[in-house]
Amino acid sequence: MTSIGFLVNPYAGIGGPTARKGSDDPALAAQARSDGMRLTAPLRAVRAMTALVQMYPSVDILTGPGGLGQDIAPAASILPINALSHSASDTSALVAGMQGKVSLILFCGGDGTARDVAAANVSGVPILGIPAGVKMHSGVFARSPERAGQAAAAFLKDPDQPVELVEILDIDEAERRSGRLSAQLFSVARSPVARGVRQNPKAGGGDLLAETDAALAEYVRRMEHGCLYILGPGTTMGALKDRLGGGTLLGVDLARDGAIVDRDLSEEQLLMALADGAKARIVLTVVGGQGFILGRGNQQISGRLINRVGIDRIDVICASDKLNALNPQELTVDTGDVALDARLAGYWQVTTGPGRRQVVRVVH
Amino acid sequence: MTAPIANRTKAQFTGFQAPRWAEPVVMEMGCPGRRGVVFDDAPAPDLPKGAIRKTAPALPELTEHDALRHYLHLSQMTLGMMGVSLFGTCTMKYNPRIGERAALEHLADLHPLQHPDTLQGVLELYDNFSDFLCEVSGMDQFVFQAGGGADAAYTHACVTRAYHASRGELEQRDQIITTIQTHPCSPATANTAGFEVITLSLEEGGYPSVEQLKSVIGPRTAALMVNNPDDMGIYNPDIKEWVRLVHEAGGLCFYDHANFNGVMTRLRARELGFDACMYMLHKTFGAPKGGGGPAVGAYGCAEHLVPFLPSPLVVKDGDRYTLDDDRPQSIGRVREFWGNAPQVLKAYAWARAMGAEGLRTAADISVLANNYMDKRLSEVKGVSRSNPDVTAPRMEMTRHSVEQVTKDTGCTIVDISNRMTDFGIDALWLSHEPWLVAEPFTPEAGELWSREDIDYWIDVMEHVIHEAYETPEVVKTAPHNAPIHQIKGADMADPAQWATTWRAYTRKHAKRLAAE
Ligand SMILES: Cc1ncc(COP(=O)(O)O)c(C=O)c1O
Repeated sequence: MTSIGFLVNPYAGIGGPTARKGSDDPALAAQARSDGMRLTAPLRAVRAMTALVQMYPSVDILTGPGGLGQDIAPAASILPINALSHSASDTSALVAGMQGKVSLILFCGGDGTARDVAAANVSGVPILGIPAGVKMHSGVFARSPERAGQAAAAFLKDPDQPVELVEILDIDEAERRSGRLSAQLFSVARSPVARGVRQNPKAGGGDLLAETDAALAEYVRRMEHGCLYILGPGTTMGALKDRLGGGTLLGVDLARDGAIVDRDLSEEQLLMALADGAKARIVLTVVGGQGFILGRGNQQISGRLINRVGIDRIDVICASDKLNALNPQELTVDTGDVALDARLAGYWQVTTGPGRRQVVRVVH
Repeated sequence: MTAPIANRTKAQFTGFQAPRWAEPVVMEMGCPGRRGVVFDDAPAPDLPKGAIRKTAPALPELTEHDALRHYLHLSQMTLGMMGVSLFGTCTMKYNPRIGERAALEHLADLHPLQHPDTLQGVLELYDNFSDFLCEVSGMDQFVFQAGGGADAAYTHACVTRAYHASRGELEQRDQIITTIQTHPCSPATANTAGFEVITLSLEEGGYPSVEQLKSVIGPRTAALMVNNPDDMGIYNPDIKEWVRLVHEAGGLCFYDHANFNGVMTRLRARELGFDACMYMLHKTFGAPKGGGGPAVGAYGCAEHLVPFLPSPLVVKDGDRYTLDDDRPQSIGRVREFWGNAPQVLKAYAWARAMGAEGLRTAADISVLANNYMDKRLSEVKGVSRSNPDVTAPRMEMTRHSVEQVTKDTGCTIVDISNRMTDFGIDALWLSHEPWLVAEPFTPEAGELWSREDIDYWIDVMEHVIHEAYETPEVVKTAPHNAPIHQIKGADMADPAQWATTWRAYTRKHAKRLAAE
């Protein structure tokens, strides 16, 4: 099966020019239609498709009617949609219809679209995003529409192309309305590993997956006997949990003496586990482009819990490329306890590889 | 040299076409019986029995003319390394041809295992050059064994280990501190020597703050390994305080002086407090390129580290020079014999020709040239400077970005670099890892390149960026006038595709070769 599912959220990005933090509000799409607003997402989708077809002229495309894809890929097979809603449900319906029929879903949109695609993608088809949204914190997006098209072509042509797990993040809309920007981890999806995208002829480029893996191996080797390890969510933590017998990707798990002992715990359950005065450490990774280490997607690790464990007993493990992509180069915490946040602020040493730590400033 | 703008014809700008030869690998060119010069009475080599070949080597048989033409074609297709090359962080300099002559005349017939009494000239040269570099750096002794900059950094990591071991503190001191903009060879060699590496991140000034450094130094600190200015051209003005703090904690300080060109004779590593430093003879000192092996990282240190230097050391004994191999605290060898002697000789010749005043003039010109480039590049559409908020002038190079051009046109810095080779410009130096700056490039003019060359280089970049906006396909499919077409980067990560030796090539492509 070398066909590709292609879908466009035509309204992605429309909130950008008006300084909205996203385009998820259905009223925005309605207004754009009535104003005859020039949509940018379809233009970006065209750029990606041009690059895709250039590299893979005979590609077999399955897409949705009209602005959902057909307008851009007229030769494609069309998945009919019963009632066009001009909203997220179009995306969901298309993705559901593509299950079992395509080997890759190439979508055009932002974090909101990524989230809708991932939610409807029940059989875990690899997905890849053409960047066209206002917010693009998720790891599924290629760096440019052209690169998305090229990466899709390379993936379809080579059945051995590896995939990696990437995080799907989105801004918490409720939080945003109260004036706080906060990315939240919604799910995890499979996406093609971009090979040779960064051509740096002098430096070999290094294998960051292997670096992180070796860092995790070293971490496991040094885990203290009898100590309780509170393991946060995310793909890096998922890989650490795999080394300890397997845990949850989005939940907070507990390990002791080299094995996971409990999964997906609430704050209360975590506090209970520490009730007998056991020694503990907290292990975290950085969630997405916002650089949060505490307070997003891991609220179970609360101020009370941190105070109980001790603020000098928190370890952070994160691949160096994620740290280096932060702009500004800062991490941030928001435990809900302002005094604790102030104590947590300062320079942290984040483990990035075996025998490697990078110092990053934590602000609150 | 490219012509001054006033004298430049249109043809000079657009008329470039690199020679393109359908040149096979030399191993595929031979024809049995072809010969170069054959001497009837050529002496049979006088070798020990075990060293004599039983079968002749599988070399291609060529005439002298075939061989010369082949290598001439190859050098033409690599622009003969005589294109306009403002390849930052590498300080591309002309390598005076007299250096080749001198090395051939004075070194080709020597062997390092000869008795030192018969090597007095080359030993004297080593000793003189060590003195010269001690004067430049304030250090007490230089060695030339390391085969490149990274090897010199490794030398320092080993010296650090030996130094702390001699004081019984090695167990305790297991961390080496570096910065994210220090060349990756510092953290890599520190790891290789068994240390844990702590990397500091950049802050507002474009370098890590003193507070950040303070947060990591302590009883585990073995050493600090940094360059300054860094590869973005930013000079850390707090460096003296850094060195003081690390010393206070008991660590050593190593100065990677690869980016020395802009500060030659303007500062001395020892006066800033550093215990050791490294110069690249194949960059700053005019010797031919080639890192990681056929080059020289000259490593110098202050008196307290001399006992740990690699052996042998050239020592002056009255009016004679000897090789001292009896140095119990030495880290041993990092390289065979005394390193790449021809490189040392070429660099020494260059340094002596320049003299102290020449070095100072060269340093000043290279900073001036870079700031001239900064000014002109700031006027090119879509080009921005790294750390735009840092207003302090950059030193001998600056990291720039074409992120805006990429956003607007889809043309990346790699596309732009490919296209620039269509005008006789060597591919750009982009950035060391990690890529903190998107779509980066890092030009460095040094003292060599004329104002005409620099202007031509910028004119070409401006022209190519204009093309990116007008005819992006031309840029994305470049090069068009170069010896080869665009290389697909993906193959570089696939070991089944590339081969660096003929033996590997025949192994990996056996089927294809058999079919031919
Ligand atoms: C600052 C710096 N240090 C060290 C090195 C490594 O030198 P070499 O390639 O000679 O090993 C380089 C090479 O570019 C460099 O730029």
